[in-house]
Amino acid sequence: MEPLSWGEILIRIIGQFTPVWIALIVLFAASIVYKRKLGLYGKLFDSTIGMIGFALVMFWVFTAVFGAMGMIITHDGLQQFASMKNKVPGTFLDEEGVYNYYLLGGDNLGRDVFTRMVKGSWEVVKIAPFATLFAFMVGITLGLPAGYYGGKLDTFLSFLANLILAFPVILLFYLLVTPEIVATGIPVYMAGVLFIFPIVFMVILMNSRFYTQPAKRNMYLAFVLVIGAWLYLGIAWNADPLGIISFPANLLVVFVSVVFVNSPTVFRIVRGLAMDIKTRDYVAAAQTRGEGPWYIMLWEILPNARGPLIVDFCLRIGYTTILLGTLGFFGLGLSPESPDWGSTINEGRKLLSIYLHPALPPAFALLTLVLGLNLLADGLREESLRD
Amino acid sequence: MGLFILRRLGVMILTAICLTFIVFFLTNLAPNLEKLAKSEVNQRMSDDAVTSWLANRGYTQPLPVKYGQWLGVLPGYVIEGTDGTVRGRCIDQGMAPEDAPTFCGILQGDWGQSSVFKDDVGSIISTRLGLTGKLMFWVMMVMVPGALIIGVLAGMREGSRTDRSLSTVSILSTATPEYVSGVIFIAVFSSSAVGLKWFKGTATSAMDDITFANFTLPVLTIALYGMGYIARMTRASMTEVMTAQYIRTARLKGVSFGNIVLKHALRNALIAPFTVIMLQFPWLLNGVVIVETLFNYKGFGWTLVQAAGNNDIELLLGVSVVSVVVVLTTQLISDIGYVYLNPRISVT
Repeated sequence: MEPLSWGEILIRIIGQFTPVWIALIVLFAASIVYKRKLGLYGKLFDSTIGMIGFALVMFWVFTAVFGAMGMIITHDGLQQFASMKNKVPGTFLDEEGVYNYYLLGGDNLGRDVFTRMVKGSWEVVKIAPFATLFAFMVGITLGLPAGYYGGKLDTFLSFLANLILAFPVILLFYLLVTPEIVATGIPVYMAGVLFIFPIVFMVILMNSRFYTQPAKRNMYLAFVLVIGAWLYLGIAWNADPLGIISFPANLLVVFVSVVFVNSPTVFRIVRGLAMDIKTRDYVAAAQTRGEGPWYIMLWEILPNARGPLIVDFCLRIGYTTILLGTLGFFGLGLSPESPDWGSTINEGRKLLSIYLHPALPPAFALLTLVLGLNLLADGLREESLRD
Repeated sequence: MGLFILRRLGVMILTAICLTFIVFFLTNLAPNLEKLAKSEVNQRMSDDAVTSWLANRGYTQPLPVKYGQWLGVLPGYVIEGTDGTVRGRCIDQGMAPEDAPTFCGILQGDWGQSSVFKDDVGSIISTRLGLTGKLMFWVMMVMVPGALIIGVLAGMREGSRTDRSLSTVSILSTATPEYVSGVIFIAVFSSSAVGLKWFKGTATSAMDDITFANFTLPVLTIALYGMGYIARMTRASMTEVMTAQYIRTARLKGVSFGNIVLKHALRNALIAPFTVIMLQFPWLLNGVVIVETLFNYKGFGWTLVQAAGNNDIELLLGVSVVSVVVVLTTQLISDIGYVYLNPRISVT
């Protein structure tokens, strides 16, 4: 059989993505119809740049989710066919019971490049947003008091943040994400420290708001603590008493180091915003009313800092994606079989002067996702500045 | 001002000590030392052999003592090993134990021995740093003017078509990490599959002799990632300046647009990018590691990867000292420069 022509490959790839197109069209139609009722999210659909960014991001999110459910992929991504090694895109695969073409060719082990690219998006989508969220929790919990109180606390925390920021990221990764360090258990202890911040954050958030209504507060706190402790034990210590949540050790290291690298920057942003906002009149009004410091920080300052924080959140997910790619590129942390984009780019680059197709699809995938996040952040910034 | 610099220098030294201690701690963890011993002698060493090998070379001393010796504030160890040889931190090959100096840490200028390259860490770092220096020089030569021109052109008339298209280009370049742009560049410009073959896909030959063919791609790859960010900062600062009162006055006076941009706006608009450019150094360091690995250019970043991958303790410490000093110095310069450029800011 002749290999497919580029036009046929394109049509087949577009066909494979059918679920994604349907989901995107439904999402956009619904959002545009109801955009006046959706606040900042709805306003995003007034800006072309924001819409393009959002479309790119959602494309990869849907691809990741559907791909993980086994929909878009044509093969299983690990199966190797010796006859398909380094074959060009559209090569016919003469096997029973599998999809008959390698749409984007085969890599140096004869695995399907297209499937691995789709599976790689899941590797990013399942780590990057959560790692960024955790980094934000850590950064906010430490940055707010540093900016609000100032003084010695601020000096100490800023020194720590600058200490981590002065480390070249790659050196830090090399020091943290090696099997030897994992054997000492240091990443687990770091996870133990870092992952407690979200619980602390939620507890303070609830307590400062509802401490005048003890019955309601106790209910909320009990809820937060039970769920929080359950997730904490499962994720950080792999000791879930119910046995539902478990976190693979090598993924935990990657997760922890990405959170660790991101949180100082978030800390600095939150600290700066808090220092700015604490001079406003409504903060003075709250102080005069006799509100506690944590109430002011979390319910007066934080909501008013949300604009820049949301924008930075989008940018930071993109940066986290780049960091995950860097880890993969240096072969750190993730298993060698892993289909994540960084690892596949690294594998593909070795034969780059002869075969282009294994390295380029993951490279373009990463590029479009990060570009989408940047455009989305730009659109959000534009729209949030408008009012 | 003097006091400010002194205080910043103090913080800098404290930061450097903390950071090197962290690196020291992480590289001296038991599994790492075991790996070091096994890679130095052989993979199938018995546990006893590992312990005595490490003990003979002073690795089993308490961590603060080892750190003090590396720093040069504690006397270097002298240990009579289980095999009868006397080894000491300060005793070089072929030197009598009595002749060796008592202190030999980085304060005395002795950076130790690299276990991977079997050479003096000081000389390795200086040669590698020289190679990376050349790379950085060309990166700066491409990146800074490029970014400033893009930023100024985009910010000159906010909302114009030039602004839109240049801003999109800068967003695109910030969204392309080095390992992506590098791979795309190699694929397009140097692979035999596309056939352009304008440049070389490796920069190994550039270590002796820099040519247009072997150095363009690595320089472009690093410059591109930082360029977008600096350009966006320049654009933001330029648009802000262009709406200032004194620019309006100049316009109303009848000064031509070109003159306004060049003589009135540019000076004030370049204050913010200056800080950003200085603060880009830590990121450039990252880019250097990726690009030197990708293009096989054996500079500082490549050395970092080799040292970290093989747990070469002394080399890794040397590398981290240098990179930390680079990062902190650029931060200091950016702060001082900002005060000089912007009369509205004062350090006191």
